[in-house]
Amino acid sequence: MERILFGDNQFFAVNHISDEKSRAQAIKFKDDSAIIKVLDDAMAAGINTFMCTTHDRIANICDVIRDNPKKYKDFKIYPCMPYAHKYANAVTELGIVGTLKQYVPGNFFGSLFKGGVAYINKDFISIMELLVDAEMKMFKGINTPVIFLQNVITDLLLGLGMNELLIAFAKHVESKYNAEAGFITMNLPKLLSVLEEGGIKNPIICASINKVNFRMSGGKELYEEVLKQGRCRVIAMQVLGGGAIPPKEALEYVANLPNVESILFGASSKQNIQNTVETIKYHDNQRVLVE
Amino acid sequence: MLKVALIGAGKMGISHLSILGAHPDVEIVGVCDTSKIVSDVLEKYSGFSCYTDYLKMVDTTKPDAVFVAVPTKFHYKMVKDLLDRNIHVFSEKPFCLNPTESNELFLLAKKKGLVNQVGYHNKFVGTFQEVKKLVKEGFIGEPQHFLGEAYGPVVIKKKSETWRSDPNEGGGCLMDYASHVIDLINDILSPINSCKGAMLKSIYSKQVDDAVYALVGIESGTTGVISVNWSDETYRKMSTSVTIIGSKGKIVSDANELKVYFKSDEHPKGYSKGWNVKYVTDLTEEVNFYLRGEEYSSQIDYFVKAVQGEVPNTVNTFESAWKTDLSISIIKNNSK
Repeated sequence: MERILFGDNQFFAVNHISDEKSRAQAIKFKDDSAIIKVLDDAMAAGINTFMCTTHDRIANICDVIRDNPKKYKDFKIYPCMPYAHKYANAVTELGIVGTLKQYVPGNFFGSLFKGGVAYINKDFISIMELLVDAEMKMFKGINTPVIFLQNVITDLLLGLGMNELLIAFAKHVESKYNAEAGFITMNLPKLLSVLEEGGIKNPIICASINKVNFRMSGGKELYEEVLKQGRCRVIAMQVLGGGAIPPKEALEYVANLPNVESILFGASSKQNIQNTVETIKYHDNQRVLVE
Repeated sequence: MLKVALIGAGKMGISHLSILGAHPDVEIVGVCDTSKIVSDVLEKYSGFSCYTDYLKMVDTTKPDAVFVAVPTKFHYKMVKDLLDRNIHVFSEKPFCLNPTESNELFLLAKKKGLVNQVGYHNKFVGTFQEVKKLVKEGFIGEPQHFLGEAYGPVVIKKKSETWRSDPNEGGGCLMDYASHVIDLINDILSPINSCKGAMLKSIYSKQVDDAVYALVGIESGTTGVISVNWSDETYRKMSTSVTIIGSKGKIVSDANELKVYFKSDEHPKGYSKGWNVKYVTDLTEEVNFYLRGEEYSSQIDYFVKAVQGEVPNTVNTFESAWKTDLSISIIKNNSK
């Protein structure tokens, strides 16, 4: 994985501290061309990996990437699935079974119903695989070396003790897409133990890691301890602590943590992208000098 | 270990179950749901004992506490059955279809000395907790006007009907969505006890309201506006906010950001005269397990601690939820 990954929250009005900012972002990125422009700015700053949710609009971005193979030949996407609000709103409206009927592709689910509910159970992993395949459709022909499960699903399964499904996701992603599975979580220490018990060694985990203990369940000290052990390949996200830490200070902290392979950030302007990249590079260079 | 069971493994139920599953002091002894597929999956992958009959579940598994997350119309009977069996209860919101039922349950829980809580999770959101503190400690002076709002994209086209679209089951924007705002106003200021006029409007739904606009009064005499619309697709997810104008200042807060203006130098520590902005990240305690917002974990943790006797059972009690049901019925009656 590259040291710096570019995220997509800013494109889809995801802002953890301000509804006002989130509306401003929705207006700014109303047209797909505005997203492409920022992605190009990121590429110009040397970032070639875009980590994004499987939002409907990403399908349009994928079209642009496919239409310009030369320009995007080194460009990689790390899909993060699912786009949770799509399913959450559907569950409110249609219930759990209704949602599955709507989103599991083809007649699979319908025929299972006709065949009786008894063997839906046995085939639940197949249903999960079909949902993954449906989400992956938009990325056809695009380089997706790591495929992530979004934190709301990772952590839901983690809490429910459905460890088998987490492992099944990893296996499916590997066998069908020749990709590595990644897991986004707000509960890194707990998740890591579960993945290790399931036989996944050195997993890719993307977690909230920041100086102010924001969304680091179990606490910052525990996270720092786990990082020291080097048992997983970590992507640090929410490094600004939801906006609570000045960027320079935030990046200095996270760039100097041991075993953080990549840093994920999102920005809407060329200037912010360049500043962030330069700051991370500066701290990386300082660290090399010290070591 | 506290023995906990769940009735209703729908969207909220599953979320509670996951948080409970990760809680170090909780053992899940049973899950009751009428959907075979949901029970099958929970049995197979989580190893929970699943039931279709809640009485059979509680009589077999003898839980200390039960979470009730079924459509509102079932709350009264189920919660009563649980209280009769001396079980502590966490119920989803809105509490009951009418305030008579909720009042009876509140009195029963009180008489039996059982821990009781309702899932109005906004009370565990850092910004709203701070708003309450600023108001109760008098920093914005005498409240003169308030505005409670919530908008979101729940029903954004004409579509199939579920219990949320059935007024007899506790569906509709007033019951399901506006209840959060009403409950917040009741808690931060004082309970809404009068309504000068209300409109319940259908936008896409056939049988229920999709928007609620009401002029209301609270026990202290202050008046304000409730404006809620769950058919607003310009919001990515539910956005709840309160604005309170007082003699000494003004507060505008949602779940993420608290903005407060103090007219003079009389302000609490950490604030200054004029505008101040605080983010939920500054006002939120870390949780042990995070699923979908600290407040969802915190409310469960609070309930567990209340049952264990470590905290007083004073937030989101049946009594406060009864008052919210009362406010809802006042608004409903004035819309006719």
